Amino acid sequence: MRSRFLLAAVVLTALGSVGVARADDPAGPRQRELLYLLVQDCGSCHGSTLKGGLGPPLLPRDLSGKPDEALVDAIIKGRPGTPMPPWGFELSEGEAAWLVQKMKQGLKK
Amino acid sequence: MTIRFVRTNVFITLIGVAAAMLAACSGTASLRGTGDLAVIIERAAGTVAIVDTTHHRILAQVPGLGDTSHASVVFSRDERYAYVFGRDGGLTKVDLLAGRIDRRVVQAGNSIGGAISQDGRLIAVANYEPGGVKVFDADTLEQVADIPAVAADGTTSKVIGLVDAPGNRFVFSLYDAGETWIADLSRPSAPQLFKFTGIGRQPYDGLISEDGHYYIAGLFGEDGLAMLDMWNPNAGMRRILDHYGRGEEPLPVYKMPHLEGWAVAGGEAILPAVGRHEVLVVDMRTWREAARIPVYGQPVFAVARPDARQVWVNFAHPLNDTVQVIDLPSRRIVATLKPGKAVLHMEFSPRGEEIWVSVRDEDKVVVYDTATLREVATLPLDKPSGIFMTARAHRIGL
Repeated sequence: MRSRFLLAAVVLTALGSVGVARADDPAGPRQRELLYLLVQDCGSCHGSTLKGGLGPPLLPRDLSGKPDEALVDAIIKGRPGTPMPPWGFELSEGEAAWLVQKMKQGLKK
Repeated sequence: MTIRFVRTNVFITLIGVAAAMLAACSGTASLRGTGDLAVIIERAAGTVAIVDTTHHRILAQVPGLGDTSHASVVFSRDERYAYVFGRDGGLTKVDLLAGRIDRRVVQAGNSIGGAISQDGRLIAVANYEPGGVKVFDADTLEQVADIPAVAADGTTSKVIGLVDAPGNRFVFSLYDAGETWIADLSRPSAPQLFKFTGIGRQPYDGLISEDGHYYIAGLFGEDGLAMLDMWNPNAGMRRILDHYGRGEEPLPVYKMPHLEGWAVAGGEAILPAVGRHEVLVVDMRTWREAARIPVYGQPVFAVARPDARQVWVNFAHPLNDTVQVIDLPSRRIVATLKPGKAVLHMEFSPRGEEIWVSVRDEDKVVVYDTATLREVATLPLDKPSGIFMTARAHRIGL
C-alpha cells in the first residue's frame, strides 16, 4: 500500500515539475491526507464544514482579509492564549500554506 | 348459528385490525423492545445507524441528518425516540423502531449538544451561534423557550456543558464569559434563571454527577475546575483542583477532553487532565486531588465501567489509535489496546460486560469483552463517532 502511495507520489511530483501543479505544492496523496486532516481534525474545533465551532470559522469570507503568512504562522506555531495548538510537528510551512490557499478558495462539497 | 358466524367474523376482523395497528406502530412485522438498541453517528455521511447490541447487528441506517460531526444523542423515556443534536443546528427526532426520521428542525446555525428534561417533555439545545439555549417540546419539536447567552458584561457567549438536573432544570456554561447558569423550566414558557459569574476562564465542557448533586465545569483557560453543589446553590461555585498543573507548562491540546461518563467509585471521581498525559483522581468528600495516573497521551474520554472497577481512556490526535484500561482499585494500567486509527468514542453496555469503541479512520466499531479484553465483534460503519445506548434514557445527565 505504502509503496503504491510512494509510486503515485513520485509520478505526481514528476507531473508537477512539468507544470501541472505548482512546484512547492504537496504531492497528490499528501494533499488528500492534508484535506482529511483539515476536515476531520481541524474540524473537531472549527467544524467539519469549517463554519466554526469552539474555534472561529475558516470560510473564504472569514479569511479573505488576512495575510497568508499570519495564517501559516497560526497553524505552525499555534495561538498562545487560545486553544489553537501548534501543528508544526506534522505540517511543513509549505503544507500549511497549501491548506491556507485551499481554505481561502473554499472546500468543495 | 347466524349469531356465532357474525361473532367469529367480528373477532377475525378485530385481530386483523390489531395486527395492522401493531405493524403500523412498530414499522416491522415482529414486535421488539428498544432496551438493547444503540444509535451510532456516522459523522461524515450525516447518517445515524440503529444497532442491535445483543446480536451486534446494524438494523437501519437513517440518512438526512445534516452535519453530524460532533453529533450527540439523548433518548425519550420510552426509549423509542432518539434526539440527535447536529453541528449545523439540526435537532432530529429519530424513530428507532421504524428506522426513520420522525421530525427535524434546524434551530440554530451552530450547535454543540443537548439534554432532555427530568420529566421527558422538554429538549434543550446548546448553541454556539447564536449563543444560547433553546428549549423544545419533546413530542412536536415546537420551540417553547429561548435563552440567549448574554453575559453580565453584555457580550454573547457560546454555550457548552448543557445537562439536565432534577427539578426540570438545565445547567450550562458560557465559554466566552466564564459563567454557569441554571434554567428552571418548571414553567416551560417562563424559565427562571440563576447565574453564577466569574467561574473561571473558558469553561469547555460540563458534567453532572449521576445523582444530580454536583455540576462541574472543566476550564480550558486555567488549571482547575468549577464545581456547583446543586443541593446548595446559594453557596455558589467553588474552584476545585486549582492549579493541578502546578506551574508546569501545559502541552498544546489537539482535541478537547470530554467530561461525560466520569467514573465515581468509593467516593472518588476520575477526570481527564487538560493538556497533560494524565487522568486525575478526585476525592469527592474534600474535592482535593487524591492521585494522578500517567497515561499514554492526552485523555479525551475517561469512562467508567458501570461497576467502576475499570476506567477506559482514549486519547487526542496524534495518539488516537490507542485505548488504555485502568484498574481503579489499584490505579494501574492493566491493558493498552490498539483498536485502530482515530478512536473517537467508547460506550459501555448498561451492565458493563461489553464496551463499544468507534474507530473513525478505519470505518468500524469494535466491541470488546471487558472481562477478557478480547474483541468479540466488529461492525462496518462509515466514519463512526458517538455511540449512544438507549439505557441512557434513564440516567441523569446523559
